[in-house]
Amino acid sequence: MIEFRDVTKQYPDGTVAVDKLNLTVEAGTITVFVGPSGCGKTTSLRMVNRMIEATSGTILIDGKDIRDSEPALLRRGMGYVIQQAGLFPHRTVLDNVATVPLLSGWDKRKARARAAELLETVGLPAEMGRRYPVQLSGGQQQRVGVARALAADPPILLMDEPFSAVDPVVREDLQNELLRLQGELDKTIVFVTHDIDEAVRIGEKVAVFRKGGVLAQYGTPADVLRYPADEFVAGFVGRDRGYRGLSFLESSGISVDRVETAKLGKPRAETVADWVLVLDSDGHPCGWLPPGTSVDGSLTREPLVAGGSLYTTGTSLRGALDAALSSPASRGVVVDEDGKYVGVITARQVLDLIEGHPQAVSKT
Amino acid sequence: MNSFGNAFAWLFAPEQWSGPSGIPARVLEHLGYTALAVLLGLVIALPIGMVIGHSGKGGFLVGAVNALRAIPELGLLILLVLLMGIGLLPVTLALVVLAIPPLLAGTYSGIRNVDRSVVDAARGMGMKEGRILMRVELPNALPLILGGLRAATLQVLATATIAAYVSLGGLGRFVIDGLYLRDFAQTLGGTIVIAVVALALEGLLILLQRLVVSRGLRRNPTRRRDRTVRPVEIAVETA
Ligand SMILES: Nc1ncnc2c1ncn2[C@@H]1O[C@H](COP(=O)(O)OP(=O)(O)OP(=O)(O)O)[C@@H](O)[C@H]1O
Ligand SMILES: [Mg+2]
Repeated sequence: MIEFRDVTKQYPDGTVAVDKLNLTVEAGTITVFVGPSGCGKTTSLRMVNRMIEATSGTILIDGKDIRDSEPALLRRGMGYVIQQAGLFPHRTVLDNVATVPLLSGWDKRKARARAAELLETVGLPAEMGRRYPVQLSGGQQQRVGVARALAADPPILLMDEPFSAVDPVVREDLQNELLRLQGELDKTIVFVTHDIDEAVRIGEKVAVFRKGGVLAQYGTPADVLRYPADEFVAGFVGRDRGYRGLSFLESSGISVDRVETAKLGKPRAETVADWVLVLDSDGHPCGWLPPGTSVDGSLTREPLVAGGSLYTTGTSLRGALDAALSSPASRGVVVDEDGKYVGVITARQVLDLIEGHPQAVSKT
Repeated sequence: MNSFGNAFAWLFAPEQWSGPSGIPARVLEHLGYTALAVLLGLVIALPIGMVIGHSGKGGFLVGAVNALRAIPELGLLILLVLLMGIGLLPVTLALVVLAIPPLLAGTYSGIRNVDRSVVDAARGMGMKEGRILMRVELPNALPLILGGLRAATLQVLATATIAAYVSLGGLGRFVIDGLYLRDFAQTLGGTIVIAVVALALEGLLILLQRLVVSRGLRRNPTRRRDRTVRPVEIAVETA
């Protein structure tokens, strides 16, 4: 657990980067600091490992004042990941990852073995350990950066825009990887980003900062999106926050329609009048048969139009809306947890459901 | 017109290749002056450059020291001889003054040019300052430091000729004696020897660079060949 108590940072030039910050980061959660550029996110983060000293106030880790620990030792107990990865160019990937264990006095053999294990943990092949950082892509470098931060198994991970420098596809990979890792490792993670989408995706708690280093709102992503504390937060989370907010509404009471279905491989002889959903022998949807298609003999995959995204019951309504809007038949296919067909749903039904949750979408 | 022919005739004459005033003995003397000056220069410039580069304080010193290059070398030597008398000391000092600017500039810019995010990460992982300097900044600065070392060595080697002006040995003897005796074959021959020694030394230093610089700092670490890095500001001046 990390507690900020009345923490203020004023730089020598007079800039107040963080203003009386009070906030508690719960152990074992991912807390995201988000806000526009220059609002003091990096400063707040770097005060935790004393890369920056607070001007006033106290930061406690598990109840202990960080000023009571020597900075170098304090830092060895916290993983630190930065935007540019900051890998050591002159060392191999394996030796980069082994840095903190070696600093903490492990013998070389053990440190390297641990490093090799971590490369696998972050999804890199062990052979990559022999390479030098210049030989890696940006995304791979970030993975190595994360592995290096995890090497000594610190309970706390500080991450400053770790995925901002990679392209959106790789970024999403890295975010998923982090969530998967966190599922296994259960670290206390403070994650800085200026991207609200990234914040709500990976954060269990989100702290929204405004210029001048003031904490504007601190809560779950759903709360921040649904009940922005003020105009600033409302503006920052954006106009499409209604749609983002859907991510947090679960469709417990969703009622599905039925549609005509056909089994793959079954003999059929007709010209279909309306969209027919085709299922395989296990009941998994395979695609749609468009109106006007003539089938004579056994039904193959060939005439099928690929379906849109599938919506799994019990997950967020955002997925339901996606499924309805992306379906060629204008009806989203609903499946159960095993991927078996349950029914279909229209966008209209999803929207009605949202209107049934008056707080789901804010009025603006 | 035939001066090169004469110079080569002088070079390959057997009497040039033995005895205390033969070419091998003079080469050794010359390398001795050079090594002494460059090593002293390193002992002074390396720690200072590292500390200034690491702390970022005192950068003006590098510029000030660079101004030393404007001092005419021969004038400095004569001044030092007047002050201290003839001997190895004034010659060495004059050459050290020459060696320091490229060594200091190379070390300072090498350390300064290490990516700040790398140093930040090192500190954030819990490395202490001394270790950051020795284990992170120094290895990454090596290409520029060795570039400075090569510049300093060549310049000192070329300039060590002046030792002969004040009655010391070295390859300058041939140049100066040749001028004095109007034996230009000897002067040119001596100059050729200096050039050959300079090339050989440059080759050795490039080899050293390849041995001590991490493969991760090369443009293409999978290949053994290396681009040779040299700071732009450390251009070799012809003495
Ligand atoms: N060393 C410094 N000296 C003076 N002012 C600084 C210093 N570092 C940061 N600041 C100022 O403090 C404020 C907060 O900076 P900080 O780096 O914490 O912002 P940030 O939220 O991380 O921004 P970004 O999203 O751009 O990284 C800014 O106004 C910045 O200009
Ligand atoms: Mg920042």
